[in-house]
Amino acid sequence: MEHLTPTPPALTTGRDTVFTPFNIVSGIIILIGCVITVLRFTRGIGGVSNLNDTNPWGLWIGFDLYCGVALAAGGYVTCAACYIFGLKQFRCAVRPAVLTAFLGYGLVVFALNYDVGRPWRLPYPIFLSQGTTSVLFEVALCVFLYLSVLMLEFSPVAFEWLNWKRARYIIGKVSMVLIIFGIILSTLHQSSLGAIFLITPSKLHPLWYSGYLPVYFFISSIFAGMSMVIFEHSLVARFLHDKIDAEHHLESNNVALGFAKSAAFLMAGYIMIQIIGIAIDNDWKYLPTRWGLWYLIEIIGFVAIPAILYAIGVRERNIKLIQRTSLWAVLGIVLNRLNVSLIAFNWQLPLNQRYFPSFMEIMTTIFIVTIGVVIYRFVVTRMPVLYAHPDFPDDH
Amino acid sequence: METDFNTLQEFLTHTKGIAYLLIGVALVALPLFWRFITGRDGKKQTF
Repeated sequence: MEHLTPTPPALTTGRDTVFTPFNIVSGIIILIGCVITVLRFTRGIGGVSNLNDTNPWGLWIGFDLYCGVALAAGGYVTCAACYIFGLKQFRCAVRPAVLTAFLGYGLVVFALNYDVGRPWRLPYPIFLSQGTTSVLFEVALCVFLYLSVLMLEFSPVAFEWLNWKRARYIIGKVSMVLIIFGIILSTLHQSSLGAIFLITPSKLHPLWYSGYLPVYFFISSIFAGMSMVIFEHSLVARFLHDKIDAEHHLESNNVALGFAKSAAFLMAGYIMIQIIGIAIDNDWKYLPTRWGLWYLIEIIGFVAIPAILYAIGVRERNIKLIQRTSLWAVLGIVLNRLNVSLIAFNWQLPLNQRYFPSFMEIMTTIFIVTIGVVIYRFVVTRMPVLYAHPDFPDDH
Repeated sequence: METDFNTLQEFLTHTKGIAYLLIGVALVALPLFWRFITGRDGKKQTF
C-alpha cells in the first residue's frame, strides 16, 4: 500500500449557529441533570432515588459503573492488540479507544459520586482507610490507577493539539510502560467486578451466579470492548466523517474485520464456559423456568446470534453487517451487567420489594451519558484523535 | 435434568462428569467454529 500523507481534515463544524439539534437536546438534558444534581446533594440519596437497604445498588451502579467499565474495555483491548500482540493494522483504533476508555472511566467515577455521596471523601479508601480484605478496595484502587494511566495515555493527543513538543516527546518515551500497566490493571478489575458478586450466592439467581463470575466478566469485557470499538467507528464514520483522514478511513475496515473475528470466537468460548458453569453447579433445573427463558434470551439472543452474525460478516467481508452486529453485542453486554447487578439480583423477593429506578435516577444516567458524548465530540473535533497530526505523523 | 444425590461424591462425580464431556465438545466445536470464521481468508492474512 502506498504511503498516505496525513491530511488533517477541516476542523469547522460546517454550521454557523450553535443551536443545532444536537446542542439543543444535549443542552436540555444537561440542564435537567444539573437540577437533579442539586437535589441529590441537598436532599440526600433518598430524595432522588428508589434505593433502600434491601436494594442498595441501583441503576447508577448497574449501568453507569458496570456497563461503563465493560464498554470502556476497548481501551486496553485495542492497546493490547496493537502494542503487545503487534497487530499494527489496528493502530488507527488506539486513540479513539483510549479516549472512550478515558471518558468512560472518568464518568464511572463521576457517577459514583451520585451513589456514594460526599465527593470530598472519595479518596479515603485509597489514601486513608484501605480495606485491603475487600474486593471493592481492589476495584477502587485499580479504577483510580487506571484512570490516571488513561489520562497519561491520552495526554500525547492533548500535547500535540497544544503543540507542546517537549512534553509530547517525554510521554512518548514511557508510553509502552503505561500501556502494559493499563492492561494489567484492566485485567485485574474487570474480573474483580464479577468477583464482587461471589458473596451473594443467596441473592443472585443461580443461572447468573457462578464461581466463574470473575472469568465471565473478564472474557465478556474483551468482546464488549471490541464490539464497542467497532460500534464507535461506525458512529464516527457516519456523524464525524469529515474529521477522519484517508489512512484512518482505510484502516477502519481492517479494525472491524479483525475485531469481529476475535469477538466471534471469544463469544463462542464465553458460551461454552457459561454452559460448563451450569453443569458444574448442576443448575439445569432452572432452565425450563421463566428466569431460564430470560437467561436463554441473554445467552442465545445477545451472545450466540451476534457471534454467528460476526462470523458471517467476516466470511462475507460485510462491514455493514459487522457494524450492526456490534450494536447488538453492546446491548447484550449491557443486558448481562444489568441482569447480574439488578434484574436477577434479589430475584426471590416479591415484586413490590423489587427495585425499579426512579425518573431522576434514569435522567441522571442519561445526563452522564450525554456529558460523555458531548466531551467526546468536543475532543475529536479539535484534537488529533481520528487523524494524524501533521507535525507528528509517525508518532500517531 | 433433576437428579438426587446422597453424597457430595455423587454430586461431584455427576457434575464433573458432565463438565468434562462439555469440555470435550468445546475442544472440538471451537476449532470448527474458528475454521468457519476464517474459511474464506487469504493464506497470508493473520488477523
